[in-house]
Amino acid sequence: MSAPATATQAKPEVITFTEAFSRALHDAMEMDPSVIMLGEDIADEEGGGIFKVTKGLSTKFGTERVKTTPISEQAIVGAAIGASLAGMRPVAEIMLMNFITVPMDQIVNHAAKLRFMSGGQTHVPITIRTRTGAGAGTGGQHSDMLEAWFAHVAGMKVVVPSTPADAYGLLLGCIFDDDPCLFIEDQLTRTQTGPVPVKGEIIPLGKAHVAREGKDVTVVGYGRPIRDAMVLADKLAGEGISVEVVDLRTVSPMDTGTVLKSVAKTGRAVVIHEAPRSFGCGAEIAARIQEELFDQLKAPVLRVASRDVTVPFSRVLEAEYLYKASGIEAAIRRTLEKRTQK
Amino acid sequence: MSANPSFTPATLLAIWRKARQINLIDEKFRGLLRSGRLAAVYYSPRGQEILAAAMGVHLQPTDYLVTTYRGIHDQLAKGIPLKPLFAEYYAKATGACKGKGGPMHITHPETGVMVTTGIVGSGLPIATGLGWASQLKKDGRVTLVTFGDGASNIGAFHEALNMAALWKLPVIFLCQNNLYGESSKYAKTTSVDNIGERAASYRMAGVTVDGNDAEAMWRAAGEAVARARAGEGPTLIEAVTFRFMGHYFGDPGAYIPKEEYEAHLARDPMPATRAAVLASGAATEAELDAYDAEVSAQIEEALQFAADSPFPDVGEIDIDVYGAAA
Ligand SMILES: Cc1ncc(C[n+]2csc(CCOP(=O)(O)OP(=O)(O)O)c2C)c(N)n1
Ligand SMILES: [Mg+2]
Repeated sequence: MSAPATATQAKPEVITFTEAFSRALHDAMEMDPSVIMLGEDIADEEGGGIFKVTKGLSTKFGTERVKTTPISEQAIVGAAIGASLAGMRPVAEIMLMNFITVPMDQIVNHAAKLRFMSGGQTHVPITIRTRTGAGAGTGGQHSDMLEAWFAHVAGMKVVVPSTPADAYGLLLGCIFDDDPCLFIEDQLTRTQTGPVPVKGEIIPLGKAHVAREGKDVTVVGYGRPIRDAMVLADKLAGEGISVEVVDLRTVSPMDTGTVLKSVAKTGRAVVIHEAPRSFGCGAEIAARIQEELFDQLKAPVLRVASRDVTVPFSRVLEAEYLYKASGIEAAIRRTLEKRTQK
Repeated sequence: MSANPSFTPATLLAIWRKARQINLIDEKFRGLLRSGRLAAVYYSPRGQEILAAAMGVHLQPTDYLVTTYRGIHDQLAKGIPLKPLFAEYYAKATGACKGKGGPMHITHPETGVMVTTGIVGSGLPIATGLGWASQLKKDGRVTLVTFGDGASNIGAFHEALNMAALWKLPVIFLCQNNLYGESSKYAKTTSVDNIGERAASYRMAGVTVDGNDAEAMWRAAGEAVARARAGEGPTLIEAVTFRFMGHYFGDPGAYIPKEEYEAHLARDPMPATRAAVLASGAATEAELDAYDAEVSAQIEEALQFAADSPFPDVGEIDIDVYGAAA
């Protein structure tokens, strides 16, 4: 049997997000026979998933462990839960995040709660991989970032990577974590590249990452906008503005300590995410900062997020919907203006 | 199992004993609820004891059960011990779920009680996954999932049946058709005469039986278990029955016409099965009475344990939200 394309022997310098997702799945299956996968079109006979993330896996590990399912999201998540109760580590693919509205009951009422409701007698070590993100012209039902819904439910872990190496390590982290994890893949940046992760190296969940150190202002968030923040931080450094970037990596449970430590140092915070602004995770991050650091803040905590509307189709409208890097920059400058007033 | 196993007096007695235990516990609980000594949501299984027992005698402790809020008969038939069960109803630290799940979420993996859910129809997809794991591990276990007639109208039922049939999973879907879902009559909500017919849509073995008939139920259950263990796939069993105590404890049941209720009462499976046991010669009246006394004593002992147990420490609220690594 030939090795799948995703398990390349020769190390390239960089890999894409898609390659990182694939590699994490491959390596997890190789590391642990209890790792199994299910989802629509995921086996090789069906093309290895519509985004090719699972390509090669059913050929290498067999269609018993990598199972194409009917279009039955409740049964997909439910079956993952059931198999996990019997000791497996299932990875369920929900093709796009908007389709996760269908198995909400399984996720919210069962995956998240069985550990607690059973008094710790059972637990649900499943990973739900899904993909989403605006900017690709997929319109109102194929673009939403719904992470706040799941972050709001105790028992769930929500993970959003911002680099391919993080994607690899965090996906392994989800698969080998003993709680139900929602792992969100960005459809817009899937071909973007980054340094290659170390094979088998797990990034533990629940820990934020200071992606760049700085002293004037903290930009905190997760996922795609972190990539914008890193570029901006470089640019603003040229003007003498020192930006610290905190990547939550795990949205929930949130590593509040790392966020507070950073903001205590800088005294300013800009909270960023792609999801719509209102009732988003940014509100929670901002609230935690002001609850603990009110006296130390030199400026109000600002939020940069997308607009509170349905994701539109037309490119001009979609761009208007999405948060903008220029908006992050403007927010950073606003927090710094407040400095001169104080 | 042979094609037509004989239904022996010993089997009938075994079914009676399980059913009677359920029946005595249910009576006791309703008394406690009425007198205010127990404060809990309660969905009585009164009327559905025989079908649960006739299913239960075919199962091993290692087999899995997924049941519902109306699940105490299924849990007992699966062999859950009384003390942790009662203590959970009493919301005590010694309860099966440390008082954190309650009557609607009874869990006891040691006896295979994996999930009890309060969401109609949601157990079926989970049972499918338990069956999938058994198929992968070749562990020979079967998964029993029980649910009501109303649950057969929810999407999850259809997704799970299709997947289980497609993958030939060792799962038994036991629909306990008690003719009502809350206060809605079966015919008002369900497009088919018999839920057993729905199996045909999924090329699954499907059968409709009189759930109040111990022998018929035992045969249907035995065939389904044998099919599952042989790797020949799932079965949908519709066990037709009736619930005598309404939907929830305290339900006035005004939606059930008096004549209908009385007709069902005339077919109450408990007195009928007791008479059948005596007629079979498997036990004498005195032996059955002695069994009742023995079970009643066990019930009293377990109730005392539950009553004497402490409530959970408030610190328990932060435990079991996430695993240790979190
Ligand atoms: C998804 C969902 N919808 C509605 C309810 C409220 N509810 C609880 S029990 C019930 C009736 C269910 O009837 P059936 O499936 O026949 O079971 P039975 O109670 O008769 O045993 C309803 C509507 C629920 N718990 N879950
Ligand atoms: Mg019913």
